[in-house]
Amino acid sequence: MPDRAGVIRGLIAAQPAPTGGLVEHLSSVCRAAVQALSASGTGISVLTGDGTRGVYATSDPLSERMEELQFVLGEGPCFDAFDRRRPVLITDLAGEAMTRWPVYAPEAYANGVRAVFAFPLQIGAARLGVLDVFRDRAGSLSGHHLADALCFADVTVEALLDRQKGNAAPPDGPAPDGMTDAIGNRAQLFQAQGMVMIQIRGSITDAVARIRAYAYADNRSLGEVARDIVAGDLRFEADRP
Amino acid sequence: MTTVSAQRLASIFVEVADTLVEEFDLIDFLHMLTDRTADLVGAAAVGLMLADGRGSLEFMAGSDENVKLLELFQLQTREGPCLEAYRTGQPVVNVDLSAATARWPRFAPRATASGFESVHAFPLRLRAQVIGALNVFGDTKGGDFTGDDVPIVQSLADVAAIALLQERALRRGEALTDQLQGALNSRIVIEQAKGAVAYARGVSVDEAFTRIRGYARKHNRKLTEVAQAIVNDRTTPPELH
Repeated sequence: MPDRAGVIRGLIAAQPAPTGGLVEHLSSVCRAAVQALSASGTGISVLTGDGTRGVYATSDPLSERMEELQFVLGEGPCFDAFDRRRPVLITDLAGEAMTRWPVYAPEAYANGVRAVFAFPLQIGAARLGVLDVFRDRAGSLSGHHLADALCFADVTVEALLDRQKGNAAPPDGPAPDGMTDAIGNRAQLFQAQGMVMIQIRGSITDAVARIRAYAYADNRSLGEVARDIVAGDLRFEADRP
Repeated sequence: MTTVSAQRLASIFVEVADTLVEEFDLIDFLHMLTDRTADLVGAAAVGLMLADGRGSLEFMAGSDENVKLLELFQLQTREGPCLEAYRTGQPVVNVDLSAATARWPRFAPRATASGFESVHAFPLRLRAQVIGALNVFGDTKGGDFTGDDVPIVQSLADVAAIALLQERALRRGEALTDQLQGALNSRIVIEQAKGAVAYARGVSVDEAFTRIRGYARKHNRKLTEVAQAIVNDRTTPPELH
């Protein structure tokens, strides 16, 4: 199986963008996703359980309007994907979507959007936002476009977790990803997240970010760090107020 | 394994049909199915894997969820009977694990070390698509499924696939992909909840799962909902006995 995640990271890195900030990075993700997914536009919006919500980055001005409009109206694919914790795949906006989002769908259609695919940005109960993919033609995502879209969602989740305020920016190159760890145990990684959440008395999202930051700082794989956490050899302290 | 009892098989299908008429929790349902399959064929363990949108298999439910068994499923993302059944769409039956090291260099020795002697895998088929595999482990030597047993166990795998379709039918117009991604993320939430309960209560993750499942059953709640509540409402994990 080709390493699509690696290809996608390369495509993102190849986007002309000033380096540094999270917004610039996510804008590169959006533009790379347009190319890779044969999309007309993409947008990343942040929604969290504690009420933070808003458009983070988009590939182009029209996509920004399409993202903003959802927040103005309080309806649209990104809310549904977030609430239902699963992708919302609308292959023809002229269909059932018109009754599902009675204001948003006609407005998006009038702006040339014909299909929209919304992917939740989440790891289990840790929810960060939604990646919206817009197309100016009706039709479903092909199998490999779908796989790539899920990869873009993963990459976005990693960026949101790793580049939040207070976390050191990760080094360039591949993330210490437990999923690529040959004998890594994914279940153990998620169990470790639940344990650290209790240890730090924080949210599950905080716990996921803390484990990743620790792995970067210690230059170890997520799988190794998770193993130590589950074995009780590594504990995290609660954040000081 | 002798030919399965028609009476017990019939009672399983009644239970399945009864579950599928109402709104149900997919992961609960898959657990029930793996439990019943293990009873029916006298297997040491039964597990079920689903393919994510990237074509990679992920563990969803097992008759037993101990750490050793989860590792065997983790290995099957790279090699093993589930991956073969998933890729070929054909059942893999009666494989003697002690003679399977050349076929599965990592999986076979680990499975043998865990006390298993035989292994079988049945594809989860939905129309032309294969969406996962049902895995049966025996602790007697391979060669123990008779010709009649194969279509019976395959029919249980087909039922699991129908369950996904059934959930989809409840929300018409949406792709199977949504359900698969939703189910895969629910599985992650369960692992996070296991970690949280294990740490908060000072028990093993295996014991934590038993308690979460027992709590859900006792209070007639969905496993996924209970797991979600544990992770989101982190300050007060429910009193799980």
